[in-house]
Amino acid sequence: MDYINQTGFRQRKLQSNVRMRNPAMDSSEPGQLFDDTSTSAGPQGAGHSGLDKGPVAYTGQTVLSDPMSNLAMAYGSSLASQGKEMMDKNLDRFIPVSKLKYYFAVDTLYVGKKLGLLVFPYMHENWEVCYQQDTPVAPRFDVNAPDLYIPAMAFITYILVAGLALGTQNRFSPEFLGMQASSALVWLIIEVLAVLLSLYLVTVNTDLTTIDLVAFSGYKYVGMIVGVLAGLLFGKTGYYLALLWCCASIFVFMIRTLRLKILSEAAAEGMIVRGAKNQLRMYLTMAIAAAQPVFMYWLTFHLVR
Amino acid sequence: MAFTLYALIQTAVLFTNAIAVLHEERFLSKIGWGAEQGIGGFGDDPGIKAQLLNLIRSVRTVMRVPLIIVNSVCILLLLLFG
Repeated sequence: MDYINQTGFRQRKLQSNVRMRNPAMDSSEPGQLFDDTSTSAGPQGAGHSGLDKGPVAYTGQTVLSDPMSNLAMAYGSSLASQGKEMMDKNLDRFIPVSKLKYYFAVDTLYVGKKLGLLVFPYMHENWEVCYQQDTPVAPRFDVNAPDLYIPAMAFITYILVAGLALGTQNRFSPEFLGMQASSALVWLIIEVLAVLLSLYLVTVNTDLTTIDLVAFSGYKYVGMIVGVLAGLLFGKTGYYLALLWCCASIFVFMIRTLRLKILSEAAAEGMIVRGAKNQLRMYLTMAIAAAQPVFMYWLTFHLVR
Repeated sequence: MAFTLYALIQTAVLFTNAIAVLHEERFLSKIGWGAEQGIGGFGDDPGIKAQLLNLIRSVRTVMRVPLIIVNSVCILLLLLFG
C-alpha cells in the first residue's frame, strides 16, 4: 500500500510542490508567458500543504482496500499520461502549439490599450517591439507586440455582428453565418498569401512570421465591427463616417508597425534613404496598408443598407 | 462573394497547374524568362525578375508529383459527385 501510494499520488504531490516553488520566484520576470496558477497555495504554504494533504490522501486510500484496484488505477493513470505525452509530441509537429501560446499571452490591460491603438494610433510614439535576449517579449508586457487573441475574437464577433445586421433587415438565414465565416476566412488566407508572395519577391530580410501576418491582417476586423455597429445604430451616414475613421486609423497603424519590420534601419528612423531597394519596400508597405481599407469596405458594404 | 474553402482549394490547384504547365524550353526561353536569364547577377540583390523565375522553376520541380495526385483526386471527385 505504501509503495503504491508513493508511486501514485504522493510522487505527483511532491513534484507539484517542487514546481510551485520555482515559478513563484520568477513570475515577475518578463520571460514567463503565463502565471502558474495551477496550484492554489503560495510559496509559504508549500511545505505545510504538502504535509497536510499527506495524511488525508492516506486515509482516503484506505477506503479502497483492494490492492488490485489500486494497481489498476495507477496503471491507468500512467497509461493516460503516456498517451497525452505522445499526442502532445505529435501535435507539436503539425501545429506549433508552443509558438501559438506566445500570441495568446495577453491580459485585459494589453487588450484595452491595443484596441485603443487600433482606433486612435495618432498619439503613440514608440512603435518598436521590445526584445528580451533575442526573443520578442510576450504581448502582455509590450503593447507593440502582435497577438492572435484580438484577431480571433474580432473575427468571431464580426460573424455575429454580420448575422445581427442581416437579422434586422429580415435577410437572415442560419446557413448565412457559415457562408460569411468561410468567405471572410478565405479572404484572410488570400491576403496573407499575397503578402507572403510579395515579401518573397522583394527579398525582404525580416523576422515577420506567417502568424505575425495573420495577426496583422486580423486587426482590421475591429474596424469593421465598429463600422457595422455604427451603421446599425445611425444608418448609412454613421456607417460611412465610422468606416472612414477606422480605415484611416488602420492605415496609419499598419504603416507605422510594418515600417519598422520591413524597411531598413535607417529608413525606419525617418531619414530619407534613397535607393531602389528602400523605395520598393516603402511601396510594399503602403500597398499592404492600403489593402486593409479596401478589404474592410468589401467585406461590410453588403451588410448595411 | 460566397466563397467556400473548397473554392479556395480549387483556385489554388488551378493556379499551381497554370504555373507548372509553363514549359522551360518551348515557352519561357522564347520570351526571355528562361532559367539561365534568372541566375544572371550573383550580387546580394537578386531582383524581382530573378525571384519570379526562381519561383516558377521551383514550383515546377517541387509540385510536379503532388499535382499529379491532387489532379487525379479532383477528377475522381468530379466524376463521382458531379
